[in-house]
Amino acid sequence: MGETLTAVDELQVAVAELPGVLSVTREKGELIIHAACQDVVGLMVALRDDPRCRFEQMMDLCGVDWPARSPRFEVVYNLLSVALNHRVRVIVTTDAVAPVPSVHRVWPAATWWEREAWDLFGIVFSDQPDLRRILTDYGFEGHPLRKDFPLTGYVEVRYDEERKQVVYEPVKLTQDFRNFDFLSPWEAMTSLPGDEKAHEGRKVITP
Amino acid sequence: MSATVLDKNSLPATKIVEIDSHSINFGPQHPAAHGVLRLILEMDGEVVERADPHIGLLHRGTEKLIEYKTYMQAVPYFDRLDYVSPMCMEHAFALATEKLLGIDVPERAKWIRTMFSEITRILNHLLNITTYALDVGAITPSLWGFEEREKLMEFHEAASGARIHANYFRPGGVAKDLPSGLEERIAEWAETFPKFIDDLEGLLTGNRIWKQRTVDIGIISSEDALAWGFSGPPLRASGVPWDLRRSQPYEMYELLDFDIPVGRNGDCYDRYLMRMGEMRESVKIIKQCLARMKPGPVKIQDRKFTPPTRSEMKTSMEALIHHFKLFTEGYHVPAGATYTTVESPKGEFGVYLVADGTNRPYRCKIRPTGFAFLQAIEKLSKRHMLADAVAIIGSLDVVFGEIDR
Repeated sequence: MGETLTAVDELQVAVAELPGVLSVTREKGELIIHAACQDVVGLMVALRDDPRCRFEQMMDLCGVDWPARSPRFEVVYNLLSVALNHRVRVIVTTDAVAPVPSVHRVWPAATWWEREAWDLFGIVFSDQPDLRRILTDYGFEGHPLRKDFPLTGYVEVRYDEERKQVVYEPVKLTQDFRNFDFLSPWEAMTSLPGDEKAHEGRKVITP
Repeated sequence: MSATVLDKNSLPATKIVEIDSHSINFGPQHPAAHGVLRLILEMDGEVVERADPHIGLLHRGTEKLIEYKTYMQAVPYFDRLDYVSPMCMEHAFALATEKLLGIDVPERAKWIRTMFSEITRILNHLLNITTYALDVGAITPSLWGFEEREKLMEFHEAASGARIHANYFRPGGVAKDLPSGLEERIAEWAETFPKFIDDLEGLLTGNRIWKQRTVDIGIISSEDALAWGFSGPPLRASGVPWDLRRSQPYEMYELLDFDIPVGRNGDCYDRYLMRMGEMRESVKIIKQCLARMKPGPVKIQDRKFTPPTRSEMKTSMEALIHHFKLFTEGYHVPAGATYTTVESPKGEFGVYLVADGTNRPYRCKIRPTGFAFLQAIEKLSKRHMLADAVAIIGSLDVVFGEIDR
């Protein structure tokens, strides 16, 4: 176990020197690089070709939407090195208009993942020749995995027997959409209102 | 068309036939498309020039739905991803949630999970090999294989109550302990199954037609396989000795003795051989699990994460409250993110789980294995015959429940 830890330590030192790296952190043993969006291609090439990193594989690329943050989107790349048996996660941020440089020249596998991120989040990738939708329906509008897109969507599809064709109609819900607020106020409340004295008493005992 | 209006005298003496490229719409309702793949093939005669897979015809918005469910309610969605190997899908989510919660499951649960992962692997490979053989014209393997699959589904059913959509591996352990007698039945089956693999191999491995259809078809080099994000049997068929069970072990794989078949040529035939070899290794693992499994709890004994027993609920007020809270509100997962993977039968299956401290996942990205394979279809099938494209799709083991999510 100690040996693997030092391997991660070494990798952490190695990636910190690469171009475009803003910060390198560790969370639950997983290495996370926050990088500048415009430098992402140079960084990915370095991560792939640096003998200390050798990330030959990009296993996953996905978006995460944080509407309260600015810029709102995170693009998360999960890389894997088969040769050195380690993983790293690269995170860059962008908004709905600023394009992220495409990494499909670094790993050809990136194309479909970028198409998916465009489809589901509306994240634009520059220098990506094939930025078509991939998972949603032909002619779909909107980006469904954005937090402001409703779970039920806007249109529903059915086959119209009279018109003999598939028709798109606005969603009709026969019962209201139920989104329960589970954030119980009692969960995080450690002291009851008017019961502060109990805690004062505890403070004296604990040290 | 125009020939009908021409009279006999005006017909030219020689006919010039011009064959230019044309497109074929393969699927989405084609039995060899393994689900709902729509493949636009641009053909030059009978040779594939360009292949453009259109996916998403089975898109159900699983990732979005999970964002609106508690962690426990999210588990059944995973069964419906790769419905050919449901328990391995749940496994990735269970491991990711456990990692964020910082809990460790009891030993027996780990053995059960390891064993059922391997049973699922055999289930998956049986389906893949036999339908793949069906695609290239061999009917007998599927008739034999499905009978064998049914036995394994009975084990699934005995353990979880459902043949396919098990909902069995849950964060904190497994749903319930194995019923009495199941271990013996699995042990009995494990004795007879290698004979079945021999029979299946007798039908295919040396079969002249099978080899003509698969050897040297859809070759991918190890460099290309890595660059295209391959994992699992297709990556190993290209000669990369990489298996997450060995290199990044989870559950009990560290303690087990098994081999990993590695191919050399990266063609359709090698991909088939990988799966055959893996089934034999899986039987070895199942036997070891059965031998080392000891009685004990099958889920973490913290009532904040796993429900109390029915009898406890009848007598203890606290147990009743825990039960109610768990099945309405669920548990809160501390904020954090993890990318957790398992070696599913198809390859690396990952879950990138982002928690924000509430009882629902903030984001649950599913990394489907077949997505990467399907993307490489154009590379694999270029300049091959149309019939070879079918063999290539079969050899990649794609399942659309997983790819389309």
